[in-house]
Amino acid sequence: MAAHLKKRVYEEFSKVVQQPQEEIATKKLRLTKPSKSAALHIDLCKATSPADALQYLLQFARKPVEAESVEGVVRILLEHYYKENDPSVRLKIASLLGLLSKTAGFSPDCIMDDAINILQNEKSHQVLAQLLDTLLAIGTKLPENQAVQMRLVDVACKHLTDTSHGVRNKCLQLLGNLGSLEKSVTKDAEGLAARDVQKIIGDYFSDQDPRVRTAAIKAMLQLHERGLKLHQTIYNQACKLLSDDYEQVRSAAVQLIWVVSQLYPESIVPIPSSNEEIRLVDDAFGKICHMVSDGSWVVRVQAAKLLVSYTLFNEQRLTLLPGKRTAHERAKELYSSGEFSSGRKWGDDAPKEEVDTGAVNLIESGACGAFVHGLEDEMYEVRIAAVEALCMLAQSSPSFAEKCLDFLVDMFNDEIEEVRLQSIHTMRKISNNITLREDQLDTVLAVLEDSSRDIREALHELLCCTNVSTKEGIHLALVELLKNLAKYPTDRDSIWKCLKFLGSRHPTLVLPLVPELLSTHPFFDTAEPDMDDPAYIAVLVLIFNAAKTCPTMPALFSDHTFRHYAYLRDSLSHLVPALRLPGRKLVSSAVSPNITPQEDPSQQFLQQSLERVYSLQHLDPQGAQELLEFTIRDLQRLGELQSELAGVADFSAAYLRCQLLLIKALQEKLWNVAAPLYLRQSDLASAAAKQIMEETYKMEFMYSGVENKQVVIIHHMRLQAKALQLIVTARTTRGVDPLFGMCEKFLQEVDFFQRCFIADLPHMQDSFVDKLLDLMPRLMTSKPAEVVKILQTMLRQSTFLHLPLPEQIHKASATIIEPAGESDNPLRFTSGLVVALDVDATLEHVQDPQSTVKVQVCQVLYPDGQAQMIHPKPADFRNPGPGRHRLITQVYLSHTAWTEPCQVEVRLLLAYNSNARIPKFSWIEGGEVSPQVETSIEGTIPFSKPVKVYIMPKPARR
Amino acid sequence: MPEIRVTPLGAGQDVGRSCILVSIAGKNVMLDCGMHMGFSDDRRFPDFSYITQSGRLTDFLDCVIISHFHLDHCGALPYFSEMVGYDGPIYMTHPTQAICPILLEDYRKIAVDKKGEANFFTSQMIKDCMKKVVAVHLHQTVQVDDELEIKAYYAGHVLGAAMFQIKVGSESVVYTGDYNMTPDRHLGAAWIDKCRPNLLITESTYATTIRDSKRCRERDFLKKVHETVERGGKVLIPVFALGRAQELCILLETFWERMNLKVPIYFSTGLTEKANHYYKLFITWTNQKIRKTFVQRNMFEFKHIKAFDRAFADNPGPMVVFATPGMLHAGQSLQIFRKWAGNEKNMVIMPGYCVQGTVGHKILSGQRKLEMEGRQVLEVKMQVEYMSFSAHADAKGIMQLVGQAEPESVLLVHGEAKKMEFLKQKIEQEFRVDCYMPANGETVVLPTSPSIPGGISLGLLKREMAQGLLPEAKRPRLLHGTLIMKDSNFRLVSSEQALKELGLAEHQLRFTCRVHLHDTRKEQETAMRVYSHLKSILKDHCVQHLPDGSVTVESILIQAAAPSEDPATKVLLVSWTYQDEELGSYLTSLLKKGLPQAPS
Repeated sequence: MAAHLKKRVYEEFSKVVQQPQEEIATKKLRLTKPSKSAALHIDLCKATSPADALQYLLQFARKPVEAESVEGVVRILLEHYYKENDPSVRLKIASLLGLLSKTAGFSPDCIMDDAINILQNEKSHQVLAQLLDTLLAIGTKLPENQAVQMRLVDVACKHLTDTSHGVRNKCLQLLGNLGSLEKSVTKDAEGLAARDVQKIIGDYFSDQDPRVRTAAIKAMLQLHERGLKLHQTIYNQACKLLSDDYEQVRSAAVQLIWVVSQLYPESIVPIPSSNEEIRLVDDAFGKICHMVSDGSWVVRVQAAKLLVSYTLFNEQRLTLLPGKRTAHERAKELYSSGEFSSGRKWGDDAPKEEVDTGAVNLIESGACGAFVHGLEDEMYEVRIAAVEALCMLAQSSPSFAEKCLDFLVDMFNDEIEEVRLQSIHTMRKISNNITLREDQLDTVLAVLEDSSRDIREALHELLCCTNVSTKEGIHLALVELLKNLAKYPTDRDSIWKCLKFLGSRHPTLVLPLVPELLSTHPFFDTAEPDMDDPAYIAVLVLIFNAAKTCPTMPALFSDHTFRHYAYLRDSLSHLVPALRLPGRKLVSSAVSPNITPQEDPSQQFLQQSLERVYSLQHLDPQGAQELLEFTIRDLQRLGELQSELAGVADFSAAYLRCQLLLIKALQEKLWNVAAPLYLRQSDLASAAAKQIMEETYKMEFMYSGVENKQVVIIHHMRLQAKALQLIVTARTTRGVDPLFGMCEKFLQEVDFFQRCFIADLPHMQDSFVDKLLDLMPRLMTSKPAEVVKILQTMLRQSTFLHLPLPEQIHKASATIIEPAGESDNPLRFTSGLVVALDVDATLEHVQDPQSTVKVQVCQVLYPDGQAQMIHPKPADFRNPGPGRHRLITQVYLSHTAWTEPCQVEVRLLLAYNSNARIPKFSWIEGGEVSPQVETSIEGTIPFSKPVKVYIMPKPARR
Repeated sequence: MPEIRVTPLGAGQDVGRSCILVSIAGKNVMLDCGMHMGFSDDRRFPDFSYITQSGRLTDFLDCVIISHFHLDHCGALPYFSEMVGYDGPIYMTHPTQAICPILLEDYRKIAVDKKGEANFFTSQMIKDCMKKVVAVHLHQTVQVDDELEIKAYYAGHVLGAAMFQIKVGSESVVYTGDYNMTPDRHLGAAWIDKCRPNLLITESTYATTIRDSKRCRERDFLKKVHETVERGGKVLIPVFALGRAQELCILLETFWERMNLKVPIYFSTGLTEKANHYYKLFITWTNQKIRKTFVQRNMFEFKHIKAFDRAFADNPGPMVVFATPGMLHAGQSLQIFRKWAGNEKNMVIMPGYCVQGTVGHKILSGQRKLEMEGRQVLEVKMQVEYMSFSAHADAKGIMQLVGQAEPESVLLVHGEAKKMEFLKQKIEQEFRVDCYMPANGETVVLPTSPSIPGGISLGLLKREMAQGLLPEAKRPRLLHGTLIMKDSNFRLVSSEQALKELGLAEHQLRFTCRVHLHDTRKEQETAMRVYSHLKSILKDHCVQHLPDGSVTVESILIQAAAPSEDPATKVLLVSWTYQDEELGSYLTSLLKKGLPQAPS
């Protein structure tokens, strides 16, 4: 029976796939309808003047045309075309032909002949261009038809000599898009020789019209994109175009040079005005660098952007070929030759003795200067692109990273904040390769006083992973950070974190500083510093982290330092590591990180306790409950102890808790007694159902890294909860009417489940849903009372499903940093007006917080129970690191007057919509889901601790 | 031979008193009209008597162009126009027109009120002079008269500075004035299109310098100021009222804002306030950043910078003071300098060029004891720093501009001779163009070969088109026609039309040539042989054998005749019109070689 039913399920599914085909068949019958072409024909015949005809055509163009009637419409249009004298109408017809030939399901080869025919008799250049555009549309529609393409290319070649630039442009476009890829195409019977498209296009590089030149280059690039290998000879042609008078030509030429240099990196080209030779890739690099100082900023941006991708490609080669002189080296020579003064010192610019002027060519060798130029450009777009290029290059070459450091550090003082921020981020990316000199560090640290919070925090991030060379450097950094702390107390956490890394990276450099930092004295006891001073804590964080890998350091501590250590270890455990202190036990045995997960005892423990649960099935309900309770307790404790396992432990515990609740609910006495008598007691069961639902939503949306197989189990659990709910309601409500609706809804849910997780069903043998589906046909026809009864027995019989653990799972969490909720001074504002409350929070392991699937919502809960939801803007989120997000936003509060200040709660919520998670399925009519559905919020989960803010709306003064 | 003549009256191998005479295609233009800072006698103004000894200047000059408002570029303008006498148009940009009179008035005050000079221009003269000014927009082509046109390009340097293109027909000269190729805090970079002038007259103040990154300089400057202020020292920055002053103000203002500093910054002189007003106004002339942000905040509305009062100089505690003039040669900056020089905590930062003989130049050269007026000796203990904030293009910038404009030759002005020499070599070597550097009063003559535009009649062109393929850009093509020169314009027309226009009858011109052939056969047969021979060689041409026994090749007629005296030789008579000269001479040479031996 079961097998039969399953088969039915699959059959149903496969039927769904077939349906659209049938629909197409039915559509074909509609041909009997009065066709569009007829209507158009009548309209066009009615038209008395060209203006009229144009109006009709414009109207016609607004409505779509079905694939079947396209041909008819095309015929009508062509017929009219021949008769028409007015070029504007012909133009419109030509453009319509192009549009129509793009219609899906219509093969345009039948109108190609006509189009080519009318092309030959056409006199107006504009119409010609439009017709060629139409041909392009036709040609792109038939990519595999070689003969058609050859013919079109032939037509294009014929019209290349046209006097209008528009026509030539289109011809080149056509050639670029359709020009044959293989040169030796089998010669057709018509004798259409395969033309050398590249040569033809190349000839138009010297066209008199800049627009045509641009089009020719673009066509060439198009050829390249389509996989045609460009000839190397194009390189020289393109180089000439670099000095074109028109910026769009230059801009396109730079691209072309880049393309060619990638194709033939190793060929050798001579350097003009010397008998040296250079690899093409280096030559091109130099040329593109030179274009960074072009007169037009469009070209500059283009060149700088290409440098980004260029360097990636090039640098691997540069390192491979040590024998060759690279572009960089050539440029370096120029600077080392010292012919020019730097203008830094007064009176330094007297002309020096000439240094072999023949060797130095100022403009040509601009490679290294390109970056300097780009970084100093007037347009910040260029500067940003240059910084990016610098970053890419530095990442791939440590030696270059050292060299470009000075430039990058300079960019920290740019006038545009975006550029500053970008260069700080860039520096962070390359920080593994570099060690900062003291003077550079000085400049970097000067930025700490910047009033922009983003800049400061980016800089803290940078300092986290910077290598400092000297102990003075460390001291300087500490002093500057403390200054920063004094100036901007809100940076506290960020600075502490920064010092943590600074300490752990440079233990040996911190060691000699310890007595000074702790202000200890060899003979005298000094006063004990204030433990609440953030600056002192900052110093301690630095020292303790350094002491972790420097066992000699604790000997330098004084007594109170140890006491403070114990205190900080407890209160700021994420910043202060466990230390091996003399005469003290280790606070917690740190797990050495080199143990693999399998060997890790806590991991093993987790596995064991989870496996233990699978024997649940064989236990009596009492035993099962106890086992679950124990396991949940164990898991929770484990999660607290082992932060890296917290995600898994919590996740599994939540699941087990659901199961426990389910078992408990099923153990209720109410099931054994007649329904009407036990109204009161049903509370527990329905509460359990509700709680399970909540837990499942949390499981589904609050953990990152949840995979589909977990989602199935979670949904399954939710289904059970819904069944439970249904049963409870059935037992406690009188009358059948409300049950009908509920039953139907439940069955829909089951249906939905089956559709979503059809692939996973085989893994769910003997589960609740498995059994349920077997009985589905019966359920469909049964009365609600009967359904409830079936469900009840099935819930009891269903087995506990094993929850496979995902690889990586993290619980989403949020901490509100600001408002701190400690203030006793109420925020006063006039009632009826708004007050802005700064909210600053960090979010961990939240998937795309900006996106509509999960929206973080700020909720403000007023004392009167009124709640207000605020959706932060996407721009309020920053992404400082993987898996971490930062929300900095303003919440606007308003209320009517209060008599005295009161507290409002602010917390972050995670909004979810379980429908959005499931991919679109083919049976959804039209395949379209309206955007409202996607963005709607099904519910919210609070995931941060509420923070209380003291506010006081005052009555407005009259 | 047409030529361009350039004579610098000032700024030839020198800095200051820019004044360059250019005569191009019969038009005379004066570029800039500046004064020299270093002199206070007659040498401070250019020698206008060079232009004309007697007679009015207006008759000799078509226009005067002022590139920007610095006094070494416009300082002599009222003297020139009002006292020497010039009534023609004076061209400058709008900001220059606005700011120029303020500076001139200030200059006049110092010269007349402070130094008590007589025979100096008056306020009224400045006003009258400014009435002659015609303001131009960037990239606007202004027709000075029917032939002469000028066009302004953005030059950076200071607000309203412009480069000018002077064009007569196809000949053109570009004068850069002072310009800056690297953008700074408030101005953008100079830009010119590829106008390919015959001559580019460029300044060359920093001919031997390639400056390192401007950010370096800015950082150093800010660091020095910041450090001194933190130590409790006072910082004196002598500046000229306009230009660099605004740049440095913006720099310090943004730094103060970024770093939340509270130390006061003062700016001396009231003149700046007036000028700042214009800076606020001419936002379109500034750089990208200021243009984009002025809606939120106009960068020239300084929050931290306050007006300076003389009494503030004695205030205790740190402060930063901008004071004029920039070379420490007089005025407030010198007064403050004397007050502060004794304290080693203090610092003076010279942000630009200092002319020889000024206090600024002395202290920069390392002099620590200065003789002041009244035999006092001032010991300088304060730190002296030099920061090149001068907004002139460096060597690379000059080269870059030359590369952008692609001139046929370059002329260097506004620089020191030794440095010019160096740059001259560089330019000649790199761009392979001539480079000149005349001294004051020395004339450079530049022969030009202007292209003369000519018209061609449509009929002729169409006939040519019909004959052959489209003209190819790379290959010259021969075309027959008649050039008519009438009322100083040129037209190429077909000969028929020319005849018709001129009312002349057409004359036929025929060349005839006799070719002796050794041939014993009859004339008819010889003609036949000639026919078959030519037919076989000239495949592209129409060769015909006419019934009367003559042979025609196109329109060339060949007749065979037997001279009476020698029956063994035949004479071929070849006759062609002058239009067919090419083919005709070819044919004769062909026939002279003789006919191939006929198969007998």
